[in-house]
Amino acid sequence: MLFGTIDPVTLVAALIVASVPILLAATGELVVEKAGVLNLGVEGMMITGAIGGFIIAVATGSPAMGFLGGAIAGALLSLIFAFLTQFLLTNQVATGLALTLFGLGLSSLLGQGYNGIKPPATHPLPFGPLADLPVLGPILFGHDLLVYLSVALVAGTAWVMGRTRLGLIIRAVGENHDAAHSLGYKVVRVRVLCILFGGAMAGLGGAYLSLVRVPQWTDGITAGAGWIALAIVVFASWRPWRVLLGAWLFGGISVLQLNLQAAGSAIPVEYLSMSPYLVTILVLVVMSSGRGRAAVNAPASLGQGFHASQ
Amino acid sequence: MTGGDLLRVEGVGKTYPGVRANEDVSLTIAPGEIHALLGENGAGKSTLVKIIYGLVRPDEGRMLLNGQPYAPAAPREARARGVAMVFQHFSLFEALSVAENVALGMEDAPPMRELAARIRVVSEEYGLPLDPSRRVGDLSAGERQRVEIVRCLLQNPRLLIMDEPTSVLTPQEVKILFATLRKLAAEGTSILYISHKLEEIRALCDRATVLRRGRVVAECDPRECSAAQLAEMMVGQALSPTRRTVKAERGRIVLGVSDLSVPSPFAFGTALKDIRFTVARGEILGVAGVAGNGQDELLMALSGEIVTEPDRVRIDSRPAGDLGPDKRRAMGLVAAPEDRYGHAAAPDMTLTENAFLTGMVRRGLVSRGFVRWRAAREFARQIIADYDVRTPGPDVAARALSGGNLQKFLIGRELEQAPDVIVINQPTWGVDAAAAAAIRQAILNRAAEGAGVVVISQDLDELLEISDRFAVLNEGRLTRPRTTEGLTMEEIGLMMGGAHGMEVAHHAQA
Repeated sequence: MLFGTIDPVTLVAALIVASVPILLAATGELVVEKAGVLNLGVEGMMITGAIGGFIIAVATGSPAMGFLGGAIAGALLSLIFAFLTQFLLTNQVATGLALTLFGLGLSSLLGQGYNGIKPPATHPLPFGPLADLPVLGPILFGHDLLVYLSVALVAGTAWVMGRTRLGLIIRAVGENHDAAHSLGYKVVRVRVLCILFGGAMAGLGGAYLSLVRVPQWTDGITAGAGWIALAIVVFASWRPWRVLLGAWLFGGISVLQLNLQAAGSAIPVEYLSMSPYLVTILVLVVMSSGRGRAAVNAPASLGQGFHASQ
Repeated sequence: MTGGDLLRVEGVGKTYPGVRANEDVSLTIAPGEIHALLGENGAGKSTLVKIIYGLVRPDEGRMLLNGQPYAPAAPREARARGVAMVFQHFSLFEALSVAENVALGMEDAPPMRELAARIRVVSEEYGLPLDPSRRVGDLSAGERQRVEIVRCLLQNPRLLIMDEPTSVLTPQEVKILFATLRKLAAEGTSILYISHKLEEIRALCDRATVLRRGRVVAECDPRECSAAQLAEMMVGQALSPTRRTVKAERGRIVLGVSDLSVPSPFAFGTALKDIRFTVARGEILGVAGVAGNGQDELLMALSGEIVTEPDRVRIDSRPAGDLGPDKRRAMGLVAAPEDRYGHAAAPDMTLTENAFLTGMVRRGLVSRGFVRWRAAREFARQIIADYDVRTPGPDVAARALSGGNLQKFLIGRELEQAPDVIVINQPTWGVDAAAAAAIRQAILNRAAEGAGVVVISQDLDELLEISDRFAVLNEGRLTRPRTTEGLTMEEIGLMMGGAHGMEVAHHAQA
């Protein structure tokens, strides 16, 4: 059978780890889009975070500094996007695409000389005897700090967006920026801060790729993870907990196809490698087909520029 | 008396590039007074209230609130000083709940549960019932306005600014609103009431300040002036009423709609349900209704942007329900949507290009796949001349025109295509009185020449003035059209209030 040689416990443990980069990036992008900004530069910010985090980690010998560096690198790149779209009012789609291309090139340049180097190792948290529990041990207690942090960030985002005044203001800005402005809220400031948060989250996700998942530096290391993160936000219809679900689903598919390849599946490798992307397209088509709940839940000002003079 | 004034505005001026929006404007508002700010579109009313609410900073002059200097840098500061505002275009968030919308307009909103309770109490007290947990996108225009008013009332304002509040209300809702405002005034809250509806101001307000071209031109007690006197102060000249030429005999039917039901293409739109009516040659059908009851959908279903089964819409007795806009234009139906910057016109394209976009079919502006630019420019020029559009020329971008001027151009563009059927949504919305009169006259002229016209509007006075028959669109249903002559405001109000049962009875009798 297809699943014969694959251990389900290992599979679940692996998919949790595999989903961390897209989970972080998608959570950040969710906040950005809730504020009414469409940043298609997630891929570029992720890979910039991947190389930024890698360089810092190698230089300092500390993975923690590496993750911090990755987040800062992603945020710095998103600052370009924020400046262009929020102050110079450039088109968000074009600027986002340019940001992705720029990030890919920049990371390739910065990564010269880092090929083949091993980054300092990131260890699982010591849970003691809990980690030795059958089934639950490897799934729940066998991971590094970032895995738990990523889930905590989803919970935090859900809480802030749904329960706090800050979240209400962010949603208001994304829903109707003219009304938010007339009530006296600083639309541009809120959006710039959200874009920075999105950049930092993407950068953190990228750093996780180069420091833990792979773990080394290769050109194009993100391999479309940023695009999948963008798709997950739509798939989740802009709800944080569904982002977690989506990330696990997509993480699961990519882990499964690797396992199937290793198990010598009869299906050609190429089909398996393209499966996560095919599923992404499929999901987006299904989600956008009806004018159902997804359309209703989308931020109404998504992708529109704002200037106070209007 | 200076000490007794709540708000005192002294010599306030504001200049935008090329426009003197306010010049040396002074007015005083006493506690508990309902003060009208009267003026045409572009007279500077909006700029003045934005200055008072802290959205715009004046170039000169000063303001005193309760005798203290008052110069709000942001709406937040204005709200903290007790100034609240209900906007003309609602500053609401459709995807959020009533309570969330209210919280966004407050400085230190209490926790949601407590806020919801307070919303219930205040809204009941002032006769404006509201359910705090409902999504604003699902509310009617009147209910949305209640959300704005309750949001203001929760902050115990001393001055409440209301910008054209009745344009979205049925006559009955207007009565309720006025009762609320009188109650507030009796409790000591001052109200600055902005409107160009003269009868309302005469019924409600204690004092009126009239603005024209950014300056105060008169101050009066509106109860002692006639509507005609007020209008003259506002416009600066006496207006000539529109003339109807002799009524043509009711001719053959040029537009027939039967059992038209379509879902709305918009997220918070209204589906059309069982629409049926006919329009004959030379006849004007007025369709009234509060905004958001299916007006946009009706226009799109008639223009061809929404297609249905062929027999649902018949132009000149030929089925057209499955045809798109260009084919319907070829059959003689032209349409002018409400939203000028985006739906009726492509704002960044020139007037020539915009004239071409709908005129190409009936004016023959295409030959063998090529655009006849010279003819298109000539068409645009002709509209500019005939409809008194104030613009340097046909090569100007549509966005550069003021709302009223662009509307004259867009109406002219449709009327100059020798149409048999004309469908217009909100022909004079946001247009000054003189231009509005010109547009109505042009519509009447086309009808006199034999075109059948459907005018969808929220301005009841306008519909009563020009339409032969009158119907109301309510939650996507159209009442049976009735002869306009002899209709009373009470009857219209009932039609707008959604007395569906009565309408069913009418249908049964017919």
